[in-house]
Amino acid sequence: MLIAIQAEITLTAALVLMLVADLIFKEPNHKYLQASAVILMLIHTALNIVPTDTEAFGGMYHSSMISSVMKTILSTGTLLVFMQAGQWLEREDTRHKAGEFYIITLSTLLGMYFMMSAGSFILFYVGLELASIPMACLVTMDKKRHESAEAGAKFILNSMFSSGLMLYGMSLIYGTCGTTYFEDITAALTGTPLQIMATVFFFAGLGFKLSLVPFHMWTPDTYQGAPAPVSGYLSVISKGAAAFTLMSIILKIFGNMTAQWNLLLSIVIVATITVANLFAIKQTNLKRFMAYSSISQAGYIMLAVLGGGAMGMSSLVYYITVYIAANLAIFAVIGTVEQYSGRVDRDAYNGLYKTNPKLALVMTLALFSLAGIPPFAGFFSKFFVFASAFREGHWIVVFIALINTIISLYYYLLIVKAMYITPNDSPVSTFRSPAFTRACLLVCLAGIILLGLCSGVYQLFTDLA
Amino acid sequence: MELEIHVIHYLILSTVMMFCGIYGFFTRKNLLALLISAELMLNATNINFAVFNRYLFPGHLEGHFFSLFGIAIAAAETAVAIAIIINVYRSFNKILTDDISEMKG
Repeated sequence: MLIAIQAEITLTAALVLMLVADLIFKEPNHKYLQASAVILMLIHTALNIVPTDTEAFGGMYHSSMISSVMKTILSTGTLLVFMQAGQWLEREDTRHKAGEFYIITLSTLLGMYFMMSAGSFILFYVGLELASIPMACLVTMDKKRHESAEAGAKFILNSMFSSGLMLYGMSLIYGTCGTTYFEDITAALTGTPLQIMATVFFFAGLGFKLSLVPFHMWTPDTYQGAPAPVSGYLSVISKGAAAFTLMSIILKIFGNMTAQWNLLLSIVIVATITVANLFAIKQTNLKRFMAYSSISQAGYIMLAVLGGGAMGMSSLVYYITVYIAANLAIFAVIGTVEQYSGRVDRDAYNGLYKTNPKLALVMTLALFSLAGIPPFAGFFSKFFVFASAFREGHWIVVFIALINTIISLYYYLLIVKAMYITPNDSPVSTFRSPAFTRACLLVCLAGIILLGLCSGVYQLFTDLA
Repeated sequence: MELEIHVIHYLILSTVMMFCGIYGFFTRKNLLALLISAELMLNATNINFAVFNRYLFPGHLEGHFFSLFGIAIAAAETAVAIAIIINVYRSFNKILTDDISEMKG
């Protein structure tokens, strides 16, 4: 029985060990804590690297092969976040909170695990809240900065509002089907008007978590106000888990009502990609810019849901994997530059190539990957997502998404232009970031280049989906 | 005349609560009022779960359990939200949403 939830158990063990480590190590202990968090995450990832298909608690918990793979990917992403968080936790005003940061992050990851492998609405809701309540604490971690407090308030209130909407949808589904177990709901859903209304409420709630337009208002403020590693964590790990859950629930439960939600989803996707792109163009704060970029990436991820089936699922997991590598690289660079110059606006990056060529190169490749330029992984992930939606006949949506890719290329290249071409008399001075951050950038760089060229990765996901 | 309360009456109550919460969330300016509105929405869904279970599916307890979990989680959420609002008040000395908007665009 307990072996069935092995991934959750090892993660809980890591959490408890971190708690103990926080007590044992004498202050200033941020360096030891980072090392132990990284080692624990490595062990946890290694122990659960073989995908399994398990069920526990009478069907309330069900972890399929692909969700097991997804857990490994997310824990690798969290490992990368831990590696790049060290330099932020080195600061005078944050170093005493290093232990809290790792513990809270691990508990949100645990919530995401339960959310992704839920077999019932109860476990799904508990997992979702375990993932989003501690996240609000992470967002407000920079207590001294005004923006951080504002971002946390916006995040927690919006997350409560969206849970309220989602719970209302769940209660209506429970009222019409008489069960909260996904397997039984599938048989009982027939597409009555009340059930359609419930679906819309449920979708709106998850749309908030995923920051799809028109539910995206909190995203830019939260990402801008939160510390850079937390913004990175929010934009890939949290979003990836939510996207995966949305896809598995929509396919598992609302499979019978495809005709009803297909149009809804298409409109939301087109609005998400287009609106986010138009807003991203005029941003000068890089964190805020990355927030709009991540909203539009969420739209692309949703294309895989529109495609549906095993192909949609594998392309979604592949897209998130590639997205983690590219986005975490960018947030690592943003965090590093913010650390050494205190600036996050785009003008701070003018002439970065002259002083920090390696950092500029990683940033450039990651931006290319996000924009989808061929040799990099981003191109292949976009290709598979488009292919899965196109195969189901949604060619208008795919066409609009393609046009938007070109628009996105423009604003991603604005940063590249700032780094390489725009002249600057006083660029950010040359610096050397900590070893963990450099290792994180190296892993991300390898991911950006190799994930696309090694066809085995996508093949693996297809076999397991 | 005996007054009977059916499931429909409870549902009217919970729906009114739900949409009062949504309306309040969009119109109120005070952060605590926003919190109360969100709380109202969560409680409306708790009523829904309990009533559906009691009247429509009395054979098992899933709805009641969902209500219990909902109450517990809402309490945790409120605790964190109030802590954050206190933090906002400490750094801004203000609590109206119009005053707390350093970030725009």
